[in-house]
Amino acid sequence: MKKRSWLGFLAIASILIFTASQVMAAPITINWWHAMRSARGKVCDHMIKKFNESQSDYVVVGTNKGNYDETVNAGVAAIRAKKHPHLLQSFEVGTQTMMLSGAIYPVYELMKDNGFNVNWKDYMQPVLSYYVNSDGNLMSMPFNSSTPVMYYNVDLFKKAGIAELSKTEPVSWDKLGEITAKLVKSGVPAGMVTAWQSWTQIENYSAIHNLPFATKSNGYEGLDCELAINNPKVVNHITRLKKWMGDKRFLYGGQKYQGPKAEFIAQNAAVYIDSISGIAKLKKAVKDFKWDVAPLPVETWMKAPQNSIIGGASNWVLKGHKKADYKGVAAFLNFLATPEMQEYWHKQTGYFPITISAYESLKKKGYYKEQPYQEVGIKQMTRREPTKISRGLRLGYFIQIRNIINEELELVWNDTKTPQQGLDNAVKRSNVKLREFERIYKKK
Amino acid sequence: MIKRSVFTNRKLPYLLILPQILVTVTFFYWPAAQGLFQSLMISDPFGLHNTFVWFDNFIALFKDPLYLKSVVITLTFSACTAFVSISMGLFIATMANRALRFKAFIRTMLIWPYAVAPAISGILWLFLLHPSYGVVALALKRWFGFEWNPVLVGHDAMIMVILASAWKQVSYNFVFFMAGMQAIPHSLIEAASMDGASPFRRFWAITLPLLSPTLFFVTVMNIIYAFFETFGVIHTVTQGGPGGATNILVYKVYQDGFIGLNLGSSAAQSIVLMSLIILITVLQFKYVERKVQYTG
Amino acid sequence: MVEKTPILDAFTYIFLMVGIIIVGSPIIYAIIAATLPIEDVSRVPMPLIPGDQFWVNMRAAWDKGDLGTQLFNSFIMASGITIGKITVSMLGAFSIVYFDYRFRTLAFVTVFCTLMLPVEVRILPTYEMAANLFGPLQSIWDLLHLNSVMSWFANHEVDVSLNFSLLDSYGGLIFPLVASATCTFLFRQFFLTVPEELCEAAKMDGASAMTFFRKILLPISKTNMAALVVIEFVYGWNQYLWPLLITTNPKMTTAVIGLQNLIPQADDLPFWNVAMAGALIVMAPPILVVLLMQRWFVKGLVDPEK
Repeated sequence: MKKRSWLGFLAIASILIFTASQVMAAPITINWWHAMRSARGKVCDHMIKKFNESQSDYVVVGTNKGNYDETVNAGVAAIRAKKHPHLLQSFEVGTQTMMLSGAIYPVYELMKDNGFNVNWKDYMQPVLSYYVNSDGNLMSMPFNSSTPVMYYNVDLFKKAGIAELSKTEPVSWDKLGEITAKLVKSGVPAGMVTAWQSWTQIENYSAIHNLPFATKSNGYEGLDCELAINNPKVVNHITRLKKWMGDKRFLYGGQKYQGPKAEFIAQNAAVYIDSISGIAKLKKAVKDFKWDVAPLPVETWMKAPQNSIIGGASNWVLKGHKKADYKGVAAFLNFLATPEMQEYWHKQTGYFPITISAYESLKKKGYYKEQPYQEVGIKQMTRREPTKISRGLRLGYFIQIRNIINEELELVWNDTKTPQQGLDNAVKRSNVKLREFERIYKKK
Repeated sequence: MIKRSVFTNRKLPYLLILPQILVTVTFFYWPAAQGLFQSLMISDPFGLHNTFVWFDNFIALFKDPLYLKSVVITLTFSACTAFVSISMGLFIATMANRALRFKAFIRTMLIWPYAVAPAISGILWLFLLHPSYGVVALALKRWFGFEWNPVLVGHDAMIMVILASAWKQVSYNFVFFMAGMQAIPHSLIEAASMDGASPFRRFWAITLPLLSPTLFFVTVMNIIYAFFETFGVIHTVTQGGPGGATNILVYKVYQDGFIGLNLGSSAAQSIVLMSLIILITVLQFKYVERKVQYTG
Repeated sequence: MVEKTPILDAFTYIFLMVGIIIVGSPIIYAIIAATLPIEDVSRVPMPLIPGDQFWVNMRAAWDKGDLGTQLFNSFIMASGITIGKITVSMLGAFSIVYFDYRFRTLAFVTVFCTLMLPVEVRILPTYEMAANLFGPLQSIWDLLHLNSVMSWFANHEVDVSLNFSLLDSYGGLIFPLVASATCTFLFRQFFLTVPEELCEAAKMDGASAMTFFRKILLPISKTNMAALVVIEFVYGWNQYLWPLLITTNPKMTTAVIGLQNLIPQADDLPFWNVAMAGALIVMAPPILVVLLMQRWFVKGLVDPEK
């Protein structure tokens, strides 16, 4: 009896040890929730696969949770239920909300704690600067970043006797006014259309001309900031656009991008301002005319124009997981930032490579000689080190604020208000939202 | 309640109604109470910073021009949708009631839109009315010279969602009106015609008044439908745009709560919405029902 | 009509034809689109002659939209809601009508209040409830500072977290929607019209309440139940806002929501033929249910209103 029970014990013990060792040797699962669907989703899957194949300690599982709103919502719900992933992709307008959530593990700390000595200087500063805290330390890892550029119809330009625009030297707004006048005179229904008017005509206009969008360094330095867009220079710009509406030099095509893009493709407008993501879309949709890309116009009084700011999304690391997991998260983020992965990401999606070395490597490989469009945005974004007010925006309830700005601009476009009134009202209404947001986080 | 024959078990009735009560309390009353509580606070989306602010959220709503605009849009949208679907339903039911043959076939042909989800109805109508390739949109532009663009113009978008929402309710209203008309005693119609009343006269003087209970019921149901179930239409077709032109109240609750992550305001909006619909229903019962004639 | 009105009759049939065509045109158009290849469907205007790509497009819609999984989810959800609601409400209505107990009126009012207020009004808090079913327990626990009590007992830090999530689950899709009282109300109205003699006779024969329910009420309620099956199945199948919120996992989406993935966005190629084919597939089950059970459905919609 005793022998048999000893044997039994041995058998059980060995099974236990065996399974325990399997469990200990099993790779750690890292969960990443993102909003990248269809084509971009496949690119993410590929990068995840490559990471998983390159080592055996961690397995990254990527799940698409829908679009940006849905992904953030899923993340928020999961955090409240304590079932959150390790990495969550959030769009740039949600940066302030994520930062104040108390649920994140800042990226610069993550990398340091896990032994990754990251050379932050190798990263493109304008891409990083949107996601740093007021001390300049990186809170979330930029993932997909874009910036606005100006597309123009080369054929219509030629017909109106206008030369092709430089890809590195921006035209002045005054010159653009002359160009659009010539276009309209030559028979084009309208001169210019713009997508995402708040992002392109106010946020980026302010950044490029080093004007504050909001006080407290665009909100980086405090929740008690206020909007500053009703300053004379921005009012002047909106007034000019309104004047151009009168003689068809500017056509308002809608709040997002679908309307303006349709007008450009139908050749109802010859100049189209939109994000660099438009490059891929235009390549697919435009069959019957030649088009090209130029940097956004700059005022003549701005001798040294600043960088444009980014749009897009970043990956946030969430607290609350085991320490061992975070080594894997850091390894994954590090992997995504290698030149090889950055080049792949940039080539497949058009979003910017986040490191300078990746950019240089692509340049050396002659990529930009074949695809000159892509470089326009990069050059525009990196032409100068960002200042405190051109590195980005850090505002609460930013989605609502953009809606307010859109609304007020539409009232300017349809003659209900003057530009000054519209912008003043936008500031007033946005400040109400900012105070509400501030109140939530006020320490009692 | 009238005295009825009942069973005398002591515990059984409680057991029988327990599941319903349980589900109702868990998924209706507790959330409703929480919603009320949430509307009196301002919070961050993660539930970590909550401040009690009494009625500030409500005051903010009534000061917000975007919210007031949404109220107007909702009332307009509901009124138009209800009007279109009720009149169409009544008209078709009247015709169908007169038809002596093919009644079953007619009913089959008219009843199936009831089964279509509002979201899918939105998609079908978007396909018909899309400014770039919708066949009806093109007909409007080419034959009638209308500048039709629901993607950019608020009014056009509103028309599109009204059509998509009203279309599927026509079946629902049709069924009720048919039944209501068939309940009208034929003797009344005969008597009126013997007195020399034309079919039109008979309709206005007899049919319509006797249909008023049905009309009343159908109106209440249509308004509730337009307030709430049309969420699917808005979400698929316009997402509240362009420029907030189709941002009905129920959609705004979703937008502010789930997209804007402003929990306090969204909860306050839910409370206001609930009060609004209760108010409208009560008003209808009080004032409109008085005019309704029930057959003795 | 009592007099001969041939002109009016003719107009009647004409108007009916027009009405049927208007009502039917969106789906006719969709069917035609679903039969065309991509070049024809993106032509402006779309040709009105059906093509031959019907099954090809159906196949494409099925694969691209992962319709198999989604239709299954929709089916589970709709069936769950139908069975759940009818069961719970029949029992509830039986309790309210055939028993006289102290809290009867309170129970009735409690249930009745939910009639006019669909889930769309209380989305956020219902969502939070589903995200953590033990939320109320957690609140009570926190309110009573039971963590401190437990810590005192255990002599070290205790943090109890009561969590049970219904997110991304069939339970989450079904249970919150069973809470509406429409069925209970309809059954109540119906039970009130059942002759008292039946109940008296059953009691005199010594039958228990449940026997009465099973042997008498259930059989005569068949028509109503059939109507409610149609109404609730359609209701459950066509739910939009609630499944949108409660599921983020693409494998748990329902068909109506998943259909959005087939709709061409502004920059995609306009695969409207595939999108329409998908829409037809997703519309089919509830339409079939309504058409096949028409008679009971109409009866059920109309009778309780009286």
